[in-house]
Amino acid sequence: MHSNSSSNKQTHLVGLIGLLCLAWLLQGCSQPSNVETALDKGILHFGLGAEPQHLDPHLATSVAAHNILSALLEGLVSEHPKTLKPVPGVAHRWEQSKDGKTYIFYLRKDAHWSNGDPLTAHDFVYSFRRILNPNLGAQYASMLHPLKNARLYHEGKKTWEEAKVGAVATDDYILEITLEHSIPYFLELLNHYSWFPVHRPTLEKFEAFEKMGTPWTKPGNFVGNGPFRLINHQINSVISVGKNEHYWDASSVQLKGIRFYPIEAVDTEERAYRAGFLHLTQSVSADRIDFLKEKYPKELHFEPYLGTYFYRFNLKSPPFDDLRVRQAFSLAINRQRLVDKVLKGGQSPANTFTPPGTGGFYPKPQFLYDPQKAKQLLDSYLSEKGLERLPPVELTYNTSEGHKKVAEALHGMWKEALGVEIRLLNMEWKVFLSTVSKGEFSLARAGWIGDYVDPHTFLHMWRSGEGLNMTGWANAPYDQALKLGETSNSEKERWENFQKCEDLLAMEFPVLPLYFYVHLTLRHPTVRGWHPTLLDHHPYKHVYLSKEESP
Amino acid sequence: MTRYAPGGPFDAEKAIPQEIKVKLESHFGLDRPLFDQYLLYLKNLLRGDLGPSFKYSGWEVSELIATAFPVSLTLGVLSLGIALFIGIPAGIMAALRKNTWLDYLPMSLSMAGICLPTFVLGPLLIYIFSTQLGLFPPLGWYGPSDWFLPSFTLGLFYAAYVARLTRAGMLETLQQDYVRTARAKGATPWRVVTRHALRGGLLPVVTYLGPAFAGLVSGSFVIESIFFIPGLGKFFVTAAFNRDYTMVLGTVLFYASLIILLNLLVDLLQAWIDPKARQTR
Repeated sequence: MHSNSSSNKQTHLVGLIGLLCLAWLLQGCSQPSNVETALDKGILHFGLGAEPQHLDPHLATSVAAHNILSALLEGLVSEHPKTLKPVPGVAHRWEQSKDGKTYIFYLRKDAHWSNGDPLTAHDFVYSFRRILNPNLGAQYASMLHPLKNARLYHEGKKTWEEAKVGAVATDDYILEITLEHSIPYFLELLNHYSWFPVHRPTLEKFEAFEKMGTPWTKPGNFVGNGPFRLINHQINSVISVGKNEHYWDASSVQLKGIRFYPIEAVDTEERAYRAGFLHLTQSVSADRIDFLKEKYPKELHFEPYLGTYFYRFNLKSPPFDDLRVRQAFSLAINRQRLVDKVLKGGQSPANTFTPPGTGGFYPKPQFLYDPQKAKQLLDSYLSEKGLERLPPVELTYNTSEGHKKVAEALHGMWKEALGVEIRLLNMEWKVFLSTVSKGEFSLARAGWIGDYVDPHTFLHMWRSGEGLNMTGWANAPYDQALKLGETSNSEKERWENFQKCEDLLAMEFPVLPLYFYVHLTLRHPTVRGWHPTLLDHHPYKHVYLSKEESP
Repeated sequence: MTRYAPGGPFDAEKAIPQEIKVKLESHFGLDRPLFDQYLLYLKNLLRGDLGPSFKYSGWEVSELIATAFPVSLTLGVLSLGIALFIGIPAGIMAALRKNTWLDYLPMSLSMAGICLPTFVLGPLLIYIFSTQLGLFPPLGWYGPSDWFLPSFTLGLFYAAYVARLTRAGMLETLQQDYVRTARAKGATPWRVVTRHALRGGLLPVVTYLGPAFAGLVSGSFVIESIFFIPGLGKFFVTAAFNRDYTMVLGTVLFYASLIILLNLLVDLLQAWIDPKARQTR
């Protein structure tokens, strides 16, 4: 009897637990996915890729930060959703002087901060002054160096007033900007978050004018002027923004909110998309392309992305201090085979350094494939040095399956064409950065994504002594052509000079362009008003959700 | 030690001008001699201040740990509950019905459970319960319905160990004289197990619980990454990659204290369960 009552108890217990589990299951059942509820709620669920380090526009440095800041803030101009050409933002119109050096921006009087405060030209002057403040230590402060005398103030040589920096509010709603020299892409530059305004009373409250890491960017504190306002920020979980009713163009904003999920693992992000948790993924794993092409042909998008994947040579040590070796290494690469057989993600081979079509500039393809010539060049170098074969060359890259695949493919090509042994050296990211910046490499992997749609964003890297150069290459004619290309008002003259830069790169080979990036993403058909753009910028006020199938 | 790793928190692909790097370093006090920095850190530590995070600008390390720890704790407790709930009965059953299918089946399953990594089991469960059946959210940590899949994935893995340990412990105690005496006095098998054998049989499990719980609570980086859970494991692992010095120190200190505390608890629990352990003291 004892035994019977015990087993009865047991049965009851099991039953109870079963019921609990069932209740739990049913509760789960009753929850439709994010994407299903999104149409009613008007919420876009966005895969952000990574947690941004800063939400302070003057300290931010990442794509993730851009994706959030462009919802929370707006600059003098905004972007056209398809072409990214400047359209009125806080300024409803502007005038440019004949020499291209002076701009007068007329600010709209109905522009407000998210707390209702009016937004004036003084806010912009305050913001420019803050990012350029030498004590703030802003990484992107140099984006504002085109402002007249900005450098003097930024380098601490003069105070703001002494330097007479070229940003003056002549009226509450008129901002006069004077540049060092004419810059044809100046208005495009204004869409970089380093030019965005910040709310003075908030920054003063948190003493954030020249101090980083203050809590002014937390929800509840953040005051912005963009189409959305910050509602919630849980680190490594979600950043939520909701519609900003004080935004001057609030009536055109159709989304009620956006949730950004910083999902770093690509596979996790894909699972989230497939289970209806996300509308958009930040990226797609290269290994999954074939599967997704078959399963989600209409949702997998290959979009152009303004970026070049390349290797740097170290010109300060042998063997790459000799032009013939660098040239041989470049000529031995079959870039078409690399993108077709190895990458397979819709990338295009880089026969120039600047992606063709950047801002309308089409450079002449010069980094070509010629294994015979490559062999001749290397043989001439070897016989001159009295070597039988080249000592093994080290190729440094940061640990990642994708970089490894490329490095292995190139190793194969170099071995086949030149008989060269390559030692692949992978390093953890921070070790890699420190190694490359100290110049302790022979051949190192790199990539560059344009900050604005102009060839200058790519070509300025190779200016003599530029921090991004890191190859040890310095060339006066290059610097001169770059300067002319940067400042000339005539497009023809600009393209001629940029072509000169490209020619010099292809003559001297400090760098080995390999392929141009594409942006691979999964996007739900209900997301509308979202157009492929070169910088992967998507002004959110034009985005909406709709049941109809995408055309 | 973290300072001797090459690279620093401010290294980025877009190289920073030297003067800005100097500004950044002085802001975080990295320009002072290492020993001074250490003393300052200890001084702040006494006030419970773990310093600001390098990676998450505007957030204090203690603040980040305080938000992530409850998440890891919930996940840990739930997984442990599942592990014990499945593991102990399975182990007892296997011990009582030694060398029958009731022994072989749970033991082979537990062997499979130990061998099957969570990064295989997790996506498999997501595929079945979320993508196909739509019963649970595939990821995230926003409400109770999000808890099920990750706790189950993590719990099953530990259940496998618990089952094997319970079986071994039970087999040993079932052969003890006092169990035989209880049987001889006519106690029912149920009573023999629950009142007499279980207490001794669970000792190996209790010993295992301490480290297991610490492991569970300290967060599993893999589970957090598969299920996109904002727990401590991610901070712990990525802090080192980001050279987030204060975060590395903060999380290590936190774990160390946690493990010491849990081991103490396990010792006390053992003393309470096992009279022998009390006597040796």
